[in-house]
Amino acid sequence: MATFFTKEHEWVTVTDGIGVVGISDHAAHELGDITFVELPKIGAAVTQFGLLGSIESVKAASDIFAPVSGKVVKVNDALDSAPEVVNESAEGAGWMAEIEIANESELKNLMTQGEYDDYLKTL
Amino acid sequence: MEEQLQATPICGRHRALNALMAPFGGWDMPIQYEGIIAEHSWCRTSSSLFDICHMGEFIFQGDFVADGLEDLFTFSVQTIPLGRSRYGFLLNERGGIIDDLIVFRMAEDKVMIVVNAATAPKDFAVINERLTGGTFTDITAVTGKLDLQGPLSRYVMVEVFGEEVATLPYFRFITLNILGVEAIVSRTGYTGELGYEIFIAADKVGELWDLLLEDERVKPAGLGARDVLRLEVGYSLYGSDIDEETTPLEAGLEGFVNFEGTFVGKEALLRQKEQGAPRRKVAFQVNGRRSPRHYYDICSGGETVGMVTSGVFSPMVGTGIGIGFVPPELAVIGTPLTISHERISMEATVCELPFFKDGSVRG
Repeated sequence: MATFFTKEHEWVTVTDGIGVVGISDHAAHELGDITFVELPKIGAAVTQFGLLGSIESVKAASDIFAPVSGKVVKVNDALDSAPEVVNESAEGAGWMAEIEIANESELKNLMTQGEYDDYLKTL
Repeated sequence: MEEQLQATPICGRHRALNALMAPFGGWDMPIQYEGIIAEHSWCRTSSSLFDICHMGEFIFQGDFVADGLEDLFTFSVQTIPLGRSRYGFLLNERGGIIDDLIVFRMAEDKVMIVVNAATAPKDFAVINERLTGGTFTDITAVTGKLDLQGPLSRYVMVEVFGEEVATLPYFRFITLNILGVEAIVSRTGYTGELGYEIFIAADKVGELWDLLLEDERVKPAGLGARDVLRLEVGYSLYGSDIDEETTPLEAGLEGFVNFEGTFVGKEALLRQKEQGAPRRKVAFQVNGRRSPRHYYDICSGGETVGMVTSGVFSPMVGTGIGIGFVPPELAVIGTPLTISHERISMEATVCELPFFKDGSVRG
């Protein structure tokens, strides 16, 4: 199991070819109070860095991009009625979708936790 | 043009509280402390303290009628009883709103005019030019303003200012001594909750801020929460919902226009009244949690018919809410609208104001 990050602040944790996807703690903090999460549809095909969903806070609306290509196999429905869970636990209970990863070699386009932490320092 | 932001006397305290700061109306203002929704909720249930020092205050002293003050606004000044205040507009010749403001009747021959921060310099110039006599002074720089808003605010105010505050009715004010100076305490606000606006010398406002925050029922709230609070009760925000291209008739605010009086813009308003306004303000509720936002399109029958001027997720209603302008035939309760922006689309229904009806404002 390993976790990778995008420059757009999504994370993916990979186990046995399935990637659990969400936005980073940093992103959730920057957005402020999250009021709505638009989840992808189960079965949807997504491409790396293509649109996955969107998220709205009191301050702004932002798109969420897929960290990996593949098929959406599960979504976190609990966020429909309780999007604030993303503020409370962006990298845990606030996960958004599970993607059946089409091509694990794409992971090399992502940052490791250490690389992402360094990247945050440059922002 | 790079404009130097002005700082209120309390700016250092906001930074010490780790507030998120942003420019608003030319001022460096606190947007949030612990979070917009937490601050919103505190104001609806307890008592919240807002730094509103950025707003403008002017004093006029003279003969209201002979010096032209009586003909400045969409309402009569000379009929405001002492110790009361009145809300209305300063208009241009086209009936457009130069600003929305409140006039406080301080004495037989004296009023305080409270205006929006961003428009204060423009307002001062227009009023000064239209006045024909009397003395007119901008006291913004020497005046601090704090708003204490929320259902428990009365108990806090009584402890700090004394029993006299307890019976102060809505849209009335009194002058009280505190911290060795006189402060004006007014039962007005911008949240839909019972609350007070306090005017005090700028060099004492920090001390008053500290004093009010000593009460554990009081927490600071920023402009982010203030915007959600005011929109839930349908108050207009100058620069977003109303501006020089918008008349009070279009904005559904004709109740604050006295057509018996004389004022700049009256002819244009009468003409618009006769011909019918080309667009009307509507309030709408979204079918879901998405937020409509300023500049989003309002669509009907596949056509863009107007623009959202304010929108937010309402914690009290539990959905997105907004206001905007549409052709009059669509400004009917129950009319379905589509709000759209790029790939965002949401269904909405025209509804009544206020969105949130159970505030303590008149309590």
